[in-house]
Amino acid sequence: MDFILQPWPWYVAGPIIAFCMFLMFFFGKKFGVSSNLETVCAMGGAGKFVDFFKFDWKKNKWNLIFVVGLIVGGFISDQWLTPDDTVAISTETVKDLAELGIQNGGSSYLPDEIFSVETMLSVKGFLILLIAGVLVGFGSRYAGGCTSGHGIVGLSSLSMESFIAVGGFFIGGLIMTWLILPYIF
Amino acid sequence: MKYIKYLLVGILFGITLSKAEVISWFRIYEMFKLQSFHMYGVIGSAVAIGIILMYLFKNETLKTLYGEPIVIEPKKKGIPRNLIGGIIFGLGWALGGSCPGPMYILVGKGVISILVVLLGAHLGTFLYHAVKHKLPH
Repeated sequence: MDFILQPWPWYVAGPIIAFCMFLMFFFGKKFGVSSNLETVCAMGGAGKFVDFFKFDWKKNKWNLIFVVGLIVGGFISDQWLTPDDTVAISTETVKDLAELGIQNGGSSYLPDEIFSVETMLSVKGFLILLIAGVLVGFGSRYAGGCTSGHGIVGLSSLSMESFIAVGGFFIGGLIMTWLILPYIF
Repeated sequence: MKYIKYLLVGILFGITLSKAEVISWFRIYEMFKLQSFHMYGVIGSAVAIGIILMYLFKNETLKTLYGEPIVIEPKKKGIPRNLIGGIIFGLGWALGGSCPGPMYILVGKGVISILVVLLGAHLGTFLYHAVKHKLPH
């Protein structure tokens, strides 16, 4: 039991992620999270404004249920499987974060400087969260997949499109982390 | 009842990404700072096993529960779509420290502010489909 309560190393997590992908294909479906964003937009009546969203969202119910599972999994993990919320990031990272203005790096899963309710209620804090989401939503649908669809499935099937997309993920991520974050905080 | 299996896979995936700290903003920052192998190990080992799985799908050693061959739908071709879309995604991934899966998992963890990120993700999805005819693909 102690092993489960400790943070899981990469060589445990990676194979389970591959197993989850296998199960979804085994059940005759696909493995991809970001397409749910389109399904929820369609459900919410986005078809009134943009024709794309006029598709029958009910055919994607299986994927919405998968997402409900993600929420339940997050809850179970938080309530019963994670007695210690610290994240053992490297000491250089903690130092770089302090220079950036983010204190106590790794003392919990998320930095208060971005995710505390107080930050969320400030104009700047709200915009950072909202813009992060807009970029992820826009980019994943433009590229036709996110870390699961392009990152795991696409790379596994050695798809050139996914190598380009994941290359893009890293170009964008490096630009944000190295060049833009220092100006935001 | 036929949907419960998707729920269970989601729960396993959610617990795994939580316990491996993939849902932590700090882990994503550390990954893009190239200061730890952890995230590369998670993605790399999943892909390594995925490559073997794809091979077994293709030669039909592994089939679906219903005995049908597993066919992976190819991703849409086009460099601008994948590269520009990918870069925009990466900017958001590094800023908010979460890709779509972790956003939902963090809702389950009780993080109120992630709802703003999720709202943004839906706005971004809507926006893309509203303007896509003007974008290079």
